[in-house]
Amino acid sequence: MEQIVKTIFPFVVIGVAVFLAFQGVLMIVAYTVLAERKILGWIQGRIGPNRVGPWGLFQPFADLFKFIFKEELAPDESTKVIFYLAPLVALTCALMPIIVYPFGPEIKGSFDFLPYGLGEGITSLPLTIAQMDVGVLYVLAITSVGVYGIALAGWSSNSKYSLMGGLRSSAQLISYELAMGASVIGVVMLAGSLNLSEIINAQINSPFKWFIIPQFIGFIVFMIAAFAETNRVPFDLPEAETELVAGFHTEYSGLKFALFFMAEYVNMFTVSVMCVTLFLGGWYIPGLDLLARTIGMEWLFGAGTIGYAVVSHVGFLTKIFAFLFFYIWVRGTLPRFRFDQLMNFGWKFLLPVSLANVILTVIVVFILNR
Amino acid sequence: MVTVLFYILAGLAIACAISCVYHKNPLFSAVSLIGVFISLACIYLTLSAPFIAVTQILVYAGAIMVLVIFVIMLLNLDEDSPHTNLAYLYGFGGGLGVLLIGQALFVFYAVNRAGQKSVESTAAGQTSSIGKAMYTEYLLPVEIVGILLLMAIVGAMIMSRRLREPSVAASSEE
Repeated sequence: MEQIVKTIFPFVVIGVAVFLAFQGVLMIVAYTVLAERKILGWIQGRIGPNRVGPWGLFQPFADLFKFIFKEELAPDESTKVIFYLAPLVALTCALMPIIVYPFGPEIKGSFDFLPYGLGEGITSLPLTIAQMDVGVLYVLAITSVGVYGIALAGWSSNSKYSLMGGLRSSAQLISYELAMGASVIGVVMLAGSLNLSEIINAQINSPFKWFIIPQFIGFIVFMIAAFAETNRVPFDLPEAETELVAGFHTEYSGLKFALFFMAEYVNMFTVSVMCVTLFLGGWYIPGLDLLARTIGMEWLFGAGTIGYAVVSHVGFLTKIFAFLFFYIWVRGTLPRFRFDQLMNFGWKFLLPVSLANVILTVIVVFILNR
Repeated sequence: MVTVLFYILAGLAIACAISCVYHKNPLFSAVSLIGVFISLACIYLTLSAPFIAVTQILVYAGAIMVLVIFVIMLLNLDEDSPHTNLAYLYGFGGGLGVLLIGQALFVFYAVNRAGQKSVESTAAGQTSSIGKAMYTEYLLPVEIVGILLLMAIVGAMIMSRRLREPSVAASSEE
């Protein structure tokens, strides 16, 4: 019995962690959609959804049930297997980066209270599902595979609007991926690691606390590329309503459309997490442990305690919500680029700037480490 | 555990490879090839080489195959019909296949004769060790590959420019 429990225990812990993380992210994503509709409404002098529940708070669930009960349609001329595969690819690739998100600091302490001696030798509980040594590259790789969802959807629908949307989107994603990757290199060089938790620790130990100060150019490039990577305004050409109906998901309906919709918002969440982790110190709130020490409340929220983890986690979420709000704000403010403008901007401005930033960082790091 | 995972992933890779070769629709072949790359990346992960696994996905699945699918989408190819005038290629391909299987069997035989020598050092798959090896021990090959890629890029640019000029001239004549 004891042996069985000891064998199963790690799987149970990881299972619970995965469940909590995915459930949490999906709930946040559902309410991002509601927030987007509300805030866009306010920007445009409307009220926004307010019928379902107080303040329209149950709107996401109403939308979900509507999507589930809608009729599933697939065009006669479509390539069925790929038509059904594409939304799955899009959502899977959007969800997979969740396992490396650093949700908060380690909780230090003894876990001896667990029965059967399960807590033996465990001194800390990391708030990350997988401590991957190549976390940054992993996120970039998975998001680059996400292009297939869009490209295959556009091709398999066998409709000119879908095909044009799919082509535009894959061209855009490939172009801006380069600038995004190059803007991350500066941070990786300063941190000396590709592990997301290590990058946060490097920021805590650096004199600037947040890498946005030494890597401001990288931050700006990353932000712009992030807008393009998630197909958001002002780079939402793949689904430009006025010219392409709805772009690559024109022919999709019901739950398949909902999967694309969810994938887009999960991707928004992912780039926000990456931006916060790489440039804004992740969960780290400068001066929090110092404050705890000064007012003598170290037992409650000093570094390593549960209280510290909770406050840091709330800080992490606050930074992400700020980014999500910025996304919505930009959507309510800016007009759309033209496609040639988009390509010129990506290749002739963003990429050279990010490469210059890399070279500048190399020189500075070399001089400082000499 | 790892052995079971290996057999599942290896089976997946072989199945995807077979479907890649035998499918008549070029897009299905390309998608199968992506399946092969992803299964291979997962096998690298079980061998504790996360950097190589991620690079496999980033470079092959994320960049090269996107271009292949792009071309297939743009060309709008029909389903492949077997070319009867190229029948001699079947013999050629079969011969090459037999040669490859022979080589694989020989490697198995040689490894078994030399005795199991498991590579225990996990450091070989880490990012920093790969970086150090690339820029010290294998610096010359890396630079040669870099120059080769640069040449390919410049060549591609020249080719695409030359293709465009006549059409510009033709449109100006109108």
